[in-house]
Amino acid sequence: MNYFAKLYYPLRKAWKALGLYFVIAGPGMVVMVADNDAGGITTYAATGAKYGYHLIWFLLLLVPVAYYVQEMTVRLGAVTKRGHAEAIFDGFGAFWGWFSLLDLMIVDWLTLVTEFIGMTAAFAIFGVSSWLTVLGVILLMAVIVLNGRYWTFEKLALLFCALNLVYIPGAFLVHPSVKDVLHHGLIPNFAGGFNGQLFFFLMANIGTTIAPWMLFFQQSAVVDKGMLEKDIPWGRFDTLLGSIITVIVAVFIVIVTGTVLPGIDIDSAAQAAQELMKTDRYVGTFLAIGLFDAGLLGAICISLASSWAFGEIFGWAHSLNTKIRQAPWFYATYFLMLITAGLVVLIPRAPLVLITLFVQVVAVTLLPAALVFLILLLNDRTTMGARCNTVGENLIGGCIVVSIIILSTLYGVSVLFPNLFQ
Amino acid sequence: MSLFRNLIAKISAINSRYREPRIEMSGAVRLSLLVLRVYLLALVALMIYKFVLIVTKG
Repeated sequence: MNYFAKLYYPLRKAWKALGLYFVIAGPGMVVMVADNDAGGITTYAATGAKYGYHLIWFLLLLVPVAYYVQEMTVRLGAVTKRGHAEAIFDGFGAFWGWFSLLDLMIVDWLTLVTEFIGMTAAFAIFGVSSWLTVLGVILLMAVIVLNGRYWTFEKLALLFCALNLVYIPGAFLVHPSVKDVLHHGLIPNFAGGFNGQLFFFLMANIGTTIAPWMLFFQQSAVVDKGMLEKDIPWGRFDTLLGSIITVIVAVFIVIVTGTVLPGIDIDSAAQAAQELMKTDRYVGTFLAIGLFDAGLLGAICISLASSWAFGEIFGWAHSLNTKIRQAPWFYATYFLMLITAGLVVLIPRAPLVLITLFVQVVAVTLLPAALVFLILLLNDRTTMGARCNTVGENLIGGCIVVSIIILSTLYGVSVLFPNLFQ
Repeated sequence: MSLFRNLIAKISAINSRYREPRIEMSGAVRLSLLVLRVYLLALVALMIYKFVLIVTKG
């Protein structure tokens, strides 16, 4: 009895902390899980099919990479109360501001097209036509953002984040050998030796971990949510938890395709789902549902990242806490991006493969710039005050940023010149 | 037409508002921005080269 009495207060404290977390949770979790978008799912599915469990250890290394980069946007947003686009305009002037804004618009729009490609391909497996999927997605996304409350949007987005966990039961259904997963997956090794193809896969996995829109989205979401400096520790925890979950999901996708489709070349997640359908109908269905959910989450975040950025710079009302009448341009940008990207997928013989490749190339023109600006802004003591980067944070963040820039650039170059690393 | 004119006026206002970078232009910041410019120019050159390759090879 005495034992339970002693346990009561710590449990109550933990329960309260959990309740508080659910109030503060959101931007970090949503952006991290949305990072596993249609392109990300394809990359992980292809990695598992090609290398089995051998690159799981590498995916685990991506937790700190994603966390340290995104954590900086939490601090910058909470302290300055500005989105990333506005912070760049203000900090570095109109030239770099316009460069970032227009580049963001192009990258986001192209990425949005790839999300629609993923969603239509996922539902095509169930016999749903492309136009019906596009129409349904646009209507669903309208319902999610048009309720006039950031809180409702965020909680709905978190619901879709939970659906992303569908890969975990999917992995259990294929009965992987736990011994093999632990033995091959957790001990760093390069299956078949370090060669150009393996390097390409490593670059692709890093390339999908940090995308330019993520920096813009999380900082704007932190501002729209109204997070204050005192909320930064919770924002950090939210981001850390999100980065752990996103990598766990990636690992389970690798386990699924590594178990069922070893040695098969996978070009898209939809192809992986179709292959899985042949061996296990339920696992294939899980992968297809997960692919649709990933595309949807990605589409929500990407279109919002652009709308927030334009609103910040053009001085339009740009909050999800506003109705259409109060922020017409904000919602107009959102739906314009969404509808035009959706229509591209419906065009017969549209160069969708070319668009998918082009995204990776264009992204490397924006990502290094956005990351360099992020580090420089975090070192601006006048604005950041006590929240300025410490020497340790600069060392860790700097190394991660330089590594991401080098690897994502090589990835972009390898997409332009596919034989370079073969 | 007036929408277009408003847009131009808005862009001019944004340009004048953000004419001067607010961040202190220390040596490290200048160097970072210079490296970034060189990087972007190299990347654009690479893309143009690839485009030319595609066009000339048909």
